[in-house]
Amino acid sequence: MNLPLRRHPANDPASDLQQALAGAARFIRMHSIASIYHAGSGHPGGAMSSADLFACLYGAEMNVWPGGVSDPTRDRFVLSKGHAAPALYAAGAHFGFCDAREALNLRKLGSRFQGHPHVLDLPWVETSTGSLGQGISVAVGMALGLRIQKNPARVYTMLGDGEMQEGEVWEAAMSAAHHGLARLTAVVDYNKLQSDAHNDAIMRLEPLAAKWRAFGWDVQEIDGHDIGAILDALRNTGLNAEMNKVPSLIIAHTIKGKGVPYMENIPAWHGSVKFTRRQAEEALAALGATAGETAELLDV
Amino acid sequence: MSSPALIASNGDSLREAFGKALSSLADEFSNLVVLDADIAGGTGVHHFRKSHPDRFVQFGIAEQNMMAAAGGMAAVGLVPVVTTFAVFCLRAIEQARLSLAYARRNAKIVASHPGLDVGPDGGSAQALEDLAAFRAIPGMTVISPADATEMALATRAILEFDGPVYMRTGRSPAPRLFGDDHAFEIGKGQIVRDGGDLTIIACGVEVARALAAHDLLAADGIFARIVNMPTIKPIDAALIERCSRETGAIVTAEDHNIHGGLGGAVAEALAATRPCPVEFVAVKDVFGASGEPEELAHHYGIAAPHIAAAAKRVLERK
Repeated sequence: MNLPLRRHPANDPASDLQQALAGAARFIRMHSIASIYHAGSGHPGGAMSSADLFACLYGAEMNVWPGGVSDPTRDRFVLSKGHAAPALYAAGAHFGFCDAREALNLRKLGSRFQGHPHVLDLPWVETSTGSLGQGISVAVGMALGLRIQKNPARVYTMLGDGEMQEGEVWEAAMSAAHHGLARLTAVVDYNKLQSDAHNDAIMRLEPLAAKWRAFGWDVQEIDGHDIGAILDALRNTGLNAEMNKVPSLIIAHTIKGKGVPYMENIPAWHGSVKFTRRQAEEALAALGATAGETAELLDV
Repeated sequence: MSSPALIASNGDSLREAFGKALSSLADEFSNLVVLDADIAGGTGVHHFRKSHPDRFVQFGIAEQNMMAAAGGMAAVGLVPVVTTFAVFCLRAIEQARLSLAYARRNAKIVASHPGLDVGPDGGSAQALEDLAAFRAIPGMTVISPADATEMALATRAILEFDGPVYMRTGRSPAPRLFGDDHAFEIGKGQIVRDGGDLTIIACGVEVARALAAHDLLAADGIFARIVNMPTIKPIDAALIERCSRETGAIVTAEDHNIHGGLGGAVAEALAATRPCPVEFVAVKDVFGASGEPEELAHHYGIAAPHIAAAAKRVLERK
């Protein structure tokens, strides 16, 4: 398979940034469906809901680039909701951090693309995650460490909504505010569903924005599938936080399974699920895959 | 109005030796940062807080966040030393597993208040499981020095070592066992008293008790070799094999539960090399209770007379 080379949209002045990011998000969704199909297990729902966020973070907001994965000045990203690994890998493939074909080899013995990200396999994922609540603490440690080193790099992390039921998240929230970590941005993929059911049925999160504000964070709420809104929020985040010396949270309201009608808002598609060939084809078709793209992704 | 007398780290305790060593090494190890969860006075790192406040990071009473944040600090090139009580390291062990060991971070966990040595705070505070739990984490080095001299040497050694380490200090005053000529190397035990009838292998506060047992046994004409085994993982299997070959019987002694700590590590090494009869002096799969450390050692059967009795039992099995 030879997937077309995707350039960092910022490097391509001929393209409209938002169109390019929408294209990146589409690729992330399609690649995630394909890798989970090949793996025979995985978490598609959260990969679909977070795809637009990944596209904006890697495609526009963060100062990271494939050749600079060990450059000390790079921005750091920590996937606190580690089970969205397929979307992270797909974003990495789209923006040149890893090979798109190799990244289809998900959850297989000998593959670097484990079910949850592992930094020893893939240095560009920055740290190993998969146990909910830890990623945001690691991000707090990075932001503290960078500040001690007088390094201006920013740190980004993505949280799941169910993840916020972990007490460690609130320990991290308190510490980030206490230490005034203005260069830390957390994004919540707020798709309202967790493993077994709706958040409200498992353990209520609301009033979520008020909680984070009470913990001392700058909070914005956006439509997590509106590329322009995501870009604006990420940029405002930096400004607000620097001005107020507080960490930033973006609550991105998303739809679990976004882009695949049979999956949208159905908790069963959280994972771990096994796609049939027909389901994978139907999902790719819903995402607008051409026959050629479908063959490239599924007939490896 | 007078201030209350605070019972903080002081004297010849291992935590005090650790705190002072850390402070004195800070200029040499410029990437060193110290993480605290509101017990700097208890862990001995109040010395570091005073000498290097810009590299002392307060996390409040939130050990899980502190442990994982250490992974983030290590990820950007610092060498974090996470300090808290041993029992709270157990609380954050999954963070130590994923964000430190699995990611192979160069981070150090230094735990004060291990075992019955905690004393009057009682059973809830006496971690008797930490050596076993941290030993079970792949790639985790586990160390328990015996006196203040060795603690200072071990503090330097873990900073020179590249990888995740769990190290016990100790709460209570501990006798000086070693002189200025003492050497410490990660992964090496040493014979501190020679003898040919059996070998007693001990770590931490039990080394002093093993030396006392040596004298009790000598009075009965039994000559025990005493081995200080400050590194529980990786265990010095070559020395254990040699002691088995040369003395034919082994007693282990530790301020820890009988399962999975030093005794378990020694037994594993013996099973793989040269098996011999072994007796384990340790807390017998129960929790501790309030009391002074020496009282507790007698109550729970890890004092010098218990080590001597175990030596006589193992000789009968020889």
